[in-house]
Amino acid sequence: MTRLEDLPLVTGRGRYAASVSFPHQLHMRVVRSSHGHGRIVSIDVSAARAAKGCAGVWTFADVADIPPIEFRPTKIEGLEAYRQRVLAENRVRYVGEPVAVVFANDSYLAEDIADLVNVEIEPLPVITSASQVPGEFEPGRNTEPTVIRKKFGDLEGAFRAAHAVIELDLTIGRHSGVPMETRGAIARYDTTRDVLELHGATKRPHPNRDMLARMLRRSPASIHLYECHIGGGFGVRGEIYPEDVLVCIATLRLGRPVKWIEDRRENLMACNQSREQRHRVRAAIDAEGRILALDDEFFHDQGAYVRTHGARVADGTASMLPGPYHVPAFRVAGHFRLTNKTPAATYRSPGRFESTFVHERLMDAIAARLAIDPLDVRRRNLIRGAQMPYERAVSVAGAPVTLDSGDYPAHLEKVLARIGWNDLQVEMKQRRRAGESVGAGIAYFLEKSGQGPVEGVRVSVDTTGAVELVTGAASVGQGMETVLAQICGDALGVDYRSVRVVHGRTDRIDYGFGANAARVTIMTGSATHIAATKLRAKALEVAASDMLEATADMLDVVDGRIVRRDRPGSPSVTLAQVAKELSPAAAVAKGREPGLTAEGVFECKEEAFPYGAHVAVVKVDRETGGVKIERYLASYDIGVAVNPMLVEGQIVGSAVQGLGGALFEEFVYDENGTPLAVTFADYMLPTMQDVPDIDVMLTQDSPSPLNPLGLKGGGESGITACGAVIASAIEDALGMPGIITQLPVTPQRLERLLREHGQRKDDARSHAIAIE
Amino acid sequence: MSHETDIVLTVNGGDYAVRVEPRRTLADTLRDQCGLTGTNSGCEHGICGSCTVIIDDEPVRACLMFAVQAQGKQIRTVEGLAQGDKLHPLQRAFIDHHALQCGFCTPGFLMLAASVLEREPEIGDDDLRVALSANLCRCTGYKNIIKAVRVARSVMQSQKAER
Amino acid sequence: MKPSPFSYYAPKTLDDAIAALAAVAPHDGRVIAGGQSLVAAMALRLAQPAHLVDINAVAGLDSLEIRDGELCIGACVRHTAFEHPVVDGPLGAFLTTVVHHIAHRPIRTRGTFCGSIVNADPASEWCLVAATLGAKMVARSTRGTRTIAEPGFVEGIMTTVLAPDELLIEVRLPLLSAGTRCGFNEFSRRAGDFAIAMSVATYRIEGGVIVEPRVGVGAVESRARRIPEAEAALRGQVPADEAFAIAADAAAHAVTPIEEKPELAEYKREVVRAVVKRALAAAETIR
Repeated sequence: MTRLEDLPLVTGRGRYAASVSFPHQLHMRVVRSSHGHGRIVSIDVSAARAAKGCAGVWTFADVADIPPIEFRPTKIEGLEAYRQRVLAENRVRYVGEPVAVVFANDSYLAEDIADLVNVEIEPLPVITSASQVPGEFEPGRNTEPTVIRKKFGDLEGAFRAAHAVIELDLTIGRHSGVPMETRGAIARYDTTRDVLELHGATKRPHPNRDMLARMLRRSPASIHLYECHIGGGFGVRGEIYPEDVLVCIATLRLGRPVKWIEDRRENLMACNQSREQRHRVRAAIDAEGRILALDDEFFHDQGAYVRTHGARVADGTASMLPGPYHVPAFRVAGHFRLTNKTPAATYRSPGRFESTFVHERLMDAIAARLAIDPLDVRRRNLIRGAQMPYERAVSVAGAPVTLDSGDYPAHLEKVLARIGWNDLQVEMKQRRRAGESVGAGIAYFLEKSGQGPVEGVRVSVDTTGAVELVTGAASVGQGMETVLAQICGDALGVDYRSVRVVHGRTDRIDYGFGANAARVTIMTGSATHIAATKLRAKALEVAASDMLEATADMLDVVDGRIVRRDRPGSPSVTLAQVAKELSPAAAVAKGREPGLTAEGVFECKEEAFPYGAHVAVVKVDRETGGVKIERYLASYDIGVAVNPMLVEGQIVGSAVQGLGGALFEEFVYDENGTPLAVTFADYMLPTMQDVPDIDVMLTQDSPSPLNPLGLKGGGESGITACGAVIASAIEDALGMPGIITQLPVTPQRLERLLREHGQRKDDARSHAIAIE
Repeated sequence: MSHETDIVLTVNGGDYAVRVEPRRTLADTLRDQCGLTGTNSGCEHGICGSCTVIIDDEPVRACLMFAVQAQGKQIRTVEGLAQGDKLHPLQRAFIDHHALQCGFCTPGFLMLAASVLEREPEIGDDDLRVALSANLCRCTGYKNIIKAVRVARSVMQSQKAER
Repeated sequence: MKPSPFSYYAPKTLDDAIAALAAVAPHDGRVIAGGQSLVAAMALRLAQPAHLVDINAVAGLDSLEIRDGELCIGACVRHTAFEHPVVDGPLGAFLTTVVHHIAHRPIRTRGTFCGSIVNADPASEWCLVAATLGAKMVARSTRGTRTIAEPGFVEGIMTTVLAPDELLIEVRLPLLSAGTRCGFNEFSRRAGDFAIAMSVATYRIEGGVIVEPRVGVGAVESRARRIPEAEAALRGQVPADEAFAIAADAAAHAVTPIEEKPELAEYKREVVRAVVKRALAAAETIR
């Protein structure tokens, strides 16, 4: 089943933000801080203002009336004081922070003029580590806005009774979504309708509209957000950033459309970063390797401000730390700290990539300590199918952690069978004997999906028979149009290719909660199923009573045509005819609601928890520290897959992203807070040569009881265990359990570890080329 | 001269008369002045390959070339890949094998792959992987891209045999 | 990431190009050939030339020929020209091996051999080849033509002895006699990236032992260079793993990585050890 989205995209007719232009538009260029932390002494804009073609230069004074940028509300209090202004007020707190904006007729010219703005900054002490002692955010406020604390069970008792205590100090590197398309925002103010339009929106158009309405003091109905094609989301795109607000203010004040397209250097220092945490974790275990208690203190590097998601990533990390394992007692303290780096928020599988690294490192450490097979340690600790639904006394993103369904141990056995684990061990043993440093690792993970609380869609059939589905959800390139059209087509009885899916437009539907947290298929899909089912019933009822002299239960919809089940070949009517029958005059005359249309609303306050495991086979070059991934298997139980091809696409794609974070990608900062990875030469996305073809095992063994179709989400499916499994595989390859405590595992770090442990030996002649 | 100059670009067989500053890149000129927005700019410093076009039969990063340098050359972009409504085998294979998600890198990959298969129709799988690693994709994990290009390779070979 | 404004000149003849460069050189004028490094630097505004003299249309600069025992590479010869051996014997085959390590093909279709030499990136494969084999650079200006031998051309990180008004019109590489063994190895984070360290090794065998060894290392110091200590360790030795390991060790000790951070400098030494040994072994594989 091919995607509805693809034809324009393969023929060059995609319409991404940079392709949106309006007559007489201005181009905005942001002047950014080149200091990690400092006091703004002066900003000289005189040369810029005087430059030919300059339509305006703003600094904080020009936007002082705009309140700080809102973030998504959570139950965690006390974060408001740490919000970012659209332009820096008197201090800059990260390299890349907007301090001024210029407007010009042309994007090249705007950059020339921005270079004329002279910003003088007096440096202040820089904080580049969240695990160092907190410093000053502003007078009277330190850089630790909150500590996330969660606890259940008898922790002290468990540690007293423990056979052994395992302690680890683990670090996850700073990396992020980095979509191929940079951000973009084009604002236009239509004076005739008093409507502010923002193009280039995605992910959460309605909540973003409401946020902008509050900041700009306009009614939500007077702001329309429009989605274009989106060149990848991954959590970072589609949130409200300074630039989104600035283009809106600018078009209102300057009276011309205003376009801003982020460049890649900006993207790597201004778009949300993610992941960076350090965990000091302790586990109390019994003699068989069962966890009795888990105690974790971690440091979350939030970067310079609290924006977009508040403290959700730290909170989610804390909640998901026990993963798929039965943990009787638990305590976590997550220090949510600000540093002088680009602000952080969600990146695909937020909190789970991190927590999975922690619990899987722990599993391997337990195995090493007790000399037990790592598989057995996992088997002994995994929550069993009979324990479902399994309640854990913590919440995540405001929803309870009630693991809805699954047989985790059975899934593990399937994974081992798929990869041929035992044969693999034999093969690797032979290769190691021949001098190769090869090894395999396994990592199990628990995902979460389907964030509520509610979602709605409207499905209509017009008098030509065309089906339109309107949703408040958004597309981030994941194929949601196809999936929703399939669900709609199946429920309604039409070909999915005849369903037009309208999304990302706040002027077409009043509400929507967007495309995030692997929720669209579950929430919008369920609402679609409900709406299409209602519409079908309505059509059958009208056809039965007015058109076919039958009862509704005798009818079916096949390819858009209502037919008698019992008498094939007998007279039938089309959905288009039914729609005509429901045209306003005809419908009202018969006392019916006009229009062949139905709305579906789906509410679900609980999340569905998918799960899976990864297996990696790697080969290590002991001389250079290089790691080659030879094989990779990613498994996932999704409950029910609407479109397996698309789910597998999500798994493979996210797995390669995860391998980036495990081996290549890192936002490195020097001691002055200067980011060192601001080009694609330094921020290294994996290429086709750096990863193998990812093998996928997609299972549908545990449908969720939480929604009518049994769905679980797949958007974050393949990334969660990548860091964990690579660490495990490298240790196996080297025969050195416990050495990998930090991601990404760069060649430099690995070679150093080998040298420190006296294990660097000259082996392979890999990749050598011979000429004579 | 730093002021704007009149040039003619030959793109997909058609001529585009445009006025550009010498500093304007070919990528920006194709997009903003020729109206050919299928060529996407992903990094503007020559690494991601989203802006790959074919110039005189060779793949080129359109962000690392100025429009004034492209005069008199045969430029091909993604808009010229299909023949009318008939999709190029690569386009067909990308759809059939789910080789795109967000689609942003797709035009660059299509043009890169087209240049590779035109130059080396019998290219082996390993060399193909090396050749395609010139461009970055953030959605697909590459598996389906290489699968689609392999399929297109076969289709193009048999089309050639039929001729 | 839009380049700053510049004036643009596209001369058709070498004389015009030299004259144009002479006119703009004092005013921050530069030459553009393939532009694969320059335009990226301009996009980042790390380079903001006021004038560009484009030599792509200059007649005759794309010549690649053998003269007096040397391979003469014109200023506009693209990297892709070396994808197949340009000359019989070891040199042509060796250059073909090396070229596949230079970035990716869409860069190689525009980038030029001579442009890489002038750009003088410490991690340039061609600069390493030039330094190890002893290339000669032919520079021309309105003041005349001069030939500069390597070492002596590249001065440091992205700097050469070329005067601003001089155009590198040709690089000459000595042909390698039959029987010369050549190996290349580099280690980089990803395929196509600049290397962390790289090595070129060449030698001949006489009487069962190594003669005329050359070992070059790039991407480590401010410029690629030969490592006499490693060469001395090889001279007169039987070509075998043991001798290669000793030479590699000598190279690792001899280099002074430019990295400020000691741990990175230390790492680079270790990678030097690996790539030198592998380059030597690669040269030895065929006998």
